[in-house]
Amino acid sequence: MSYLTDLKRAVGTGSARQGTMRHWSMTKSSVGLLILTPLFVFTFGPMLGEPHDTVTAYFARPFPAIIAALMIVTSFMHFKNGIQMVIEDYMHGTAREYTIIATTCLSYVAAAAGLFALARLAL
Amino acid sequence: MADVNRGKRPLSPHLTIYRPQMTSISSILVRITGTGLLLGALLVVWWFLAAATSPEYFATVDGVITSFVGDIVMALSAWALWYHTLGGLRHLYWDTGRGMDVETAEKLGLMMIIASVVLTILTLLIV
Repeated sequence: MSYLTDLKRAVGTGSARQGTMRHWSMTKSSVGLLILTPLFVFTFGPMLGEPHDTVTAYFARPFPAIIAALMIVTSFMHFKNGIQMVIEDYMHGTAREYTIIATTCLSYVAAAAGLFALARLAL
Repeated sequence: MADVNRGKRPLSPHLTIYRPQMTSISSILVRITGTGLLLGALLVVWWFLAAATSPEYFATVDGVITSFVGDIVMALSAWALWYHTLGGLRHLYWDTGRGMDVETAEKLGLMMIIASVVLTILTLLIV
């Protein structure tokens, strides 16, 4: 038998009140990706399997490079937020926290690496 | 008081007792494709890094991605990308308050599956 009152036990375990902002943030990135996805698929896709100088010349052009940069940043940030939602649904305790930290770091590292590569290709 | 029976309360029936339905399957596939797309996305970043590094390294990575296994992964990623995109589109439509009834949701689910396959075939043909 605990000495905590029922009220004390309940306080602080309600909603975090951040759900609306999180949903809105996903809405914004999903609309962005709706536009970026077809543009990226049909600019990046044809470059797969092409010779190295063709690829470097292609991504030195502004349009393909900017589309690729926007796609990499927006999709990895969308992934970061989306995967956190999935993890929060299916994992519990410390494992949940470690996994969220790991996926967040991975998302930023991948986005940074992609941008670095694009900057090097474009300049 | 609330201490009685804590953690031993009866639970309502959950996922395991339901037959797979269009609504549940088309919904969970959005999550599965979204999570699985990480592999394709990392491969794309790896490809860009290789292109920025050297022609030799690019040849290696490009060879991996356009190999038989690489082609399968990229084709599946293309399907996952289109399916996830259509799933997002459905959510944006739902967010406007429309299409919430079961019949429409089932129809939209079927449309997502068909359209994602068509878009993937189109992508593979064009790219």
